[in-house]
Amino acid sequence: MSYKGRFRVWRGDASGGALADFEVEVNEGEVVLDVLHRIQATQAPDLAVRWNCKAGKCGSCSAEIDGRPRLLCMTRMSVFDPGDVVTVTPMRTFPVLRDLVTDVSFNYAKAREVPSFTPPAGLAPGEYRMAQVDVERSQEFRKCIECFLCQDTCHVVRDHDENKGAFAGPRFLMRVAELEMHPLDVADRVPAAQDEHGLGRCNITKCCTEVCPEGIKITDNALIPMKERVADRRYDPLVWLGRTITRRRD
Amino acid sequence: MTARGVDAPGRAAVGARTLRTDRWWLAPAATAAGLLVFVVYGGVRAFQQQYFFADERYLTPFYSPCVSLGCASEPGSSHFGMFLPDHPLIPYAALSLPFLLGFRLTCYYYRKAYYRSFWLAPAACAVPEPHARQTGETRFPLVLQNVHRYFFYVAVLVSLVNTYDALVAFRHPDDGFVVGVGNLVLLANVALLWCYTVSCHSCRHVMGGRLTHFSKHPVRYWFWTRISALNTRHMFFAWITLASLILTDLYVMLVARGTITDLRLIG
Ligand code: SF4
Ligand code: SF4
Ligand code: FES
Ligand code: FES
Repeated sequence: MSYKGRFRVWRGDASGGALADFEVEVNEGEVVLDVLHRIQATQAPDLAVRWNCKAGKCGSCSAEIDGRPRLLCMTRMSVFDPGDVVTVTPMRTFPVLRDLVTDVSFNYAKAREVPSFTPPAGLAPGEYRMAQVDVERSQEFRKCIECFLCQDTCHVVRDHDENKGAFAGPRFLMRVAELEMHPLDVADRVPAAQDEHGLGRCNITKCCTEVCPEGIKITDNALIPMKERVADRRYDPLVWLGRTITRRRD
Repeated sequence: MTARGVDAPGRAAVGARTLRTDRWWLAPAATAAGLLVFVVYGGVRAFQQQYFFADERYLTPFYSPCVSLGCASEPGSSHFGMFLPDHPLIPYAALSLPFLLGFRLTCYYYRKAYYRSFWLAPAACAVPEPHARQTGETRFPLVLQNVHRYFFYVAVLVSLVNTYDALVAFRHPDDGFVVGVGNLVLLANVALLWCYTVSCHSCRHVMGGRLTHFSKHPVRYWFWTRISALNTRHMFFAWITLASLILTDLYVMLVARGTITDLRLIG
């Protein structure tokens, strides 16, 4: 079944822009990215849209559809009624470059702030041995495709540009959790999670989890466990006492 | 007001603060309504100091443990002594209620619920929050949310007390062992309370989550996997226990007032 779908696509750059109206053919089985490509092919050859795999695996095509952060290639047209006007904008947390393309370098800067995997001294690559149950938690986080939709939706930075310096965002707090739970990582990442990566700003309202196209339980499995680890150190006198005593005994 | 959030300079100038077309306000509105119903009902009942003990054996969870001198008005309702002064502003269960309130207030799920529905930070995802600044849980008073685990420890004790209440309710002072509908109500409520308490994120953490090497602690790992499974339904248990608390209390109250009679199944 084909129909003429109505679309509003944001066009512009950092100096300004507006929603542009399009009427374009929609065919059965298509996703929003297909329709944008048809707009490019037939009506607006200079429409900028970033994409790569069209399979939900590269994380390039992040945008907002009817105000909700989503992958363009994984949003089926069948979720809309033929009469709906579908609105597509770029991600609204990052600086816009052109049309649907944003500058996501904030995320790369945050990635670099997390110290890399630190194996025990003297253990060479190739000598790593880990039990599956020990790496399982970290493996869930490795499913991340770095689409940055979680970063885009997190109100800590979405609604507060001034927090961008102090807050790594869910994707990179999850990276800290991944390494902190890793059986062979010996770096102590808990104090930095709170002091440098801004874990305390997260108020566990779960929008990151809601939008993650990989279905990673970011809040339940990464952020809350990290908050509990911070509480162990900072806010739990019993654990603190226990640690002080055992350290003395060592 | 300077442009902030999605209107900040450099970001796409879309105009509308949100373009969501679904009924995103429904969930926070329903959450706020649900929480208010519980707070009002619980508040009224906690201070009512009446109709909390029925058929000489059913004690409502809102009055457990009944440790006020006022509990003497219902002989048999107090299982752990009576020592708090009988004052209209001191609930008969003043020993447990503040901790239970603290437990739910600092619960990771309820935090999400009221941050979204009352503080609107954010009311729904990608809907701008109304506040000019955001410090999350880094400052007083919200930094105190980090003490959640202490409330959890106390909540375990209170759950034990509730379990005891549900068990002793099978003994009628005159008729001996009896089973009434009220017993089933009390038992179901206690079972759900345990589900809520055990599925707590702090419980998940202390029972095993804090370990790095599960393989060295098979027993704790086993507990962690079970708690993790329950934990995925923590929100469900948070709501179902609010409902079961109200229904259990209502049942005891109605029997105590003589509005309904408790059906005896055995004895
Ligand atoms: S749960 Fe925390 S990190 Fe995730 S979106 Fe909400 S505030 Fe941001
Ligand atoms: S965690 Fe999920 S939403 Fe965030 S970048 Fe990775 S895949 Fe995208
Ligand atoms: S194009 Fe690769 S995720 Fe959409
Ligand atoms: S009771 Fe909800 S997280 Fe602890």
